[in-house]
Amino acid sequence: MRDSFVESLIDIAKKDFNIVLLTADLGFGVFEKFEEKYKDQYFNVGVAEQNMTGVAVGMALEGKKVFTYSIANFPTLRCLEQIRNDACYHNANITIISSGGGFSYGPLGMSHHATEDLSILRSLPNTTITTPCTELDVKMLTKELSKISNVCYLRLDKSYCKETQSNFTFGKAYRFRDGKDFTLAACGGVLEEAILAADLLKKDSINVRVSGFHSIKPLDKKEIFDSSENTGGLITIEENNILGGFGSAVSEVCMIEGKIPRKFQMMGLNDEFSSIVGSQKYLRKHYKLDAASIVKKVKSLLN
Amino acid sequence: MNKKQLDIKRLINISKSIRLNVLDMVNKGNSSHIASVFSMIEILVILYEYVLKFKPSDPNWNERDRLILSKGHAGAGIYAILAEYHFFDKKMLNSHYQDGSLLSGHVSHIGIPGVEISTGSLGHGLSIGCGMALAAKTNNQSHRVYVILSDGECNEGSVWESIMFANHHGLNNLTVIIDRNKLQSIKNTEDTLKLEPFDKKWKSFGWNVININGHDYQEIFDSLNNKNELNSSPLCIIANTIKGKGVSFMENNILWHYRSPQNKEYDEAKKELLNER
Repeated sequence: MRDSFVESLIDIAKKDFNIVLLTADLGFGVFEKFEEKYKDQYFNVGVAEQNMTGVAVGMALEGKKVFTYSIANFPTLRCLEQIRNDACYHNANITIISSGGGFSYGPLGMSHHATEDLSILRSLPNTTITTPCTELDVKMLTKELSKISNVCYLRLDKSYCKETQSNFTFGKAYRFRDGKDFTLAACGGVLEEAILAADLLKKDSINVRVSGFHSIKPLDKKEIFDSSENTGGLITIEENNILGGFGSAVSEVCMIEGKIPRKFQMMGLNDEFSSIVGSQKYLRKHYKLDAASIVKKVKSLLN
Repeated sequence: MNKKQLDIKRLINISKSIRLNVLDMVNKGNSSHIASVFSMIEILVILYEYVLKFKPSDPNWNERDRLILSKGHAGAGIYAILAEYHFFDKKMLNSHYQDGSLLSGHVSHIGIPGVEISTGSLGHGLSIGCGMALAAKTNNQSHRVYVILSDGECNEGSVWESIMFANHHGLNNLTVIIDRNKLQSIKNTEDTLKLEPFDKKWKSFGWNVININGHDYQEIFDSLNNKNELNSSPLCIIANTIKGKGVSFMENNILWHYRSPQNKEYDEAKKELLNER
């Protein structure tokens, strides 16, 4: 996902000299090409995320479209107050990139597991929160977010769904599988587990819908309400704490609009830290976010 | 250096007017931080009277100099000076700290012409100033960026991140003015978290540093008119000030970081300010 992001940003910067990329000393072997082409639009600010965010705001208020980049929780939680008071309150045109959402940096341990960012950033006013599921999502979102004038968040995953969609509309979920028995709604790279689960369930004649959400704010309510009305139930899947994230966002709109799914479950981290380490695949299995766990959950809800 | 003849009488009158307005605002609102405002009045007055480029009729004029009050708790001072220089009607000051008002205790930009940046959490302003100064350089714009910091604020690690950044990028279009009143919330700065040798710290981070008396109009003016553009470093003016300056019983008294002058205290403060030479 990271390489797709850089490629897309290079494309955009070609036509727009107001694009600025700030990195807090991460992205070795990734940004060289951008730096080479657009020397005056690229700054490695050092390991200083608070200052990076403030600088981004200052530049954005002077007409720049600034992307801030670091990994895991560093560009988000480390400088949360700069995001809130400086970026959001002044409605600055900045896009925060975290490379390594969820368990992307699994072996590096809890400090590098970004598992509350969605919940926390979603609660800030004047924000757009995106969770690309596919390479196409990354490319399209990089373009879209550079046009949105408020604070945007692009959560890049190490994993991504290899199956891609035939079209992209910003803010609209894409239906990767159709079925009436249940709906699996996933955000980010973990969508690949949902698709795998759907294909396994099909072997047992259980037909589930799989919707991939590249954005949790704005949220595609239409797709959610359609799942509530026309399928047997709804499960949300995210590599994030279940409190306050994607599943919460879905349940909020269902309750508010009275479009209650027949059955509902949120799959994610159950309000806990991921204290063990391992590959993203391994951690999904351990924390019951892999295809097999999803299959089990659907079957238990159908019985 | 520009040896301009300053109109000291006029400067004293403006300072007096602002202190009186702030006294009223803080008294009516029963709000805090009057001493933190009073220590930087002369600095504000020189900035608005002689230094900053601005247009009250067009607050977002692209060529304006940018002033960021990073010590947001002194917001009453910014509101008062903006009203003094006709950004909005002085009557608006009466709403400070009142129910439903936009004039919050910590400076806010929404709905208040002339406020560049909202602050209140310490250690944010200089980073934003760095971003503005860097953008001005890449845009080939000639305006300057001024950031007023409190000395206590320099406890924040983010300030030092931005101090390094400004030097690294040669932001000689950036001026920091530190209101060095030597008192913070509970004790003096040196008993809280040592800042000294303060000027040496800034110098060692690559800044051009000038120490001044922060209540002397000429010294403030001269330091701000330092031809820093010829230098490749950002400029730091350490303005040695007296917290609560102008009211004898508030001066250097830690109590007045939070205390609001009411009744007799208000009357006495007003009397002293009116009698100021």
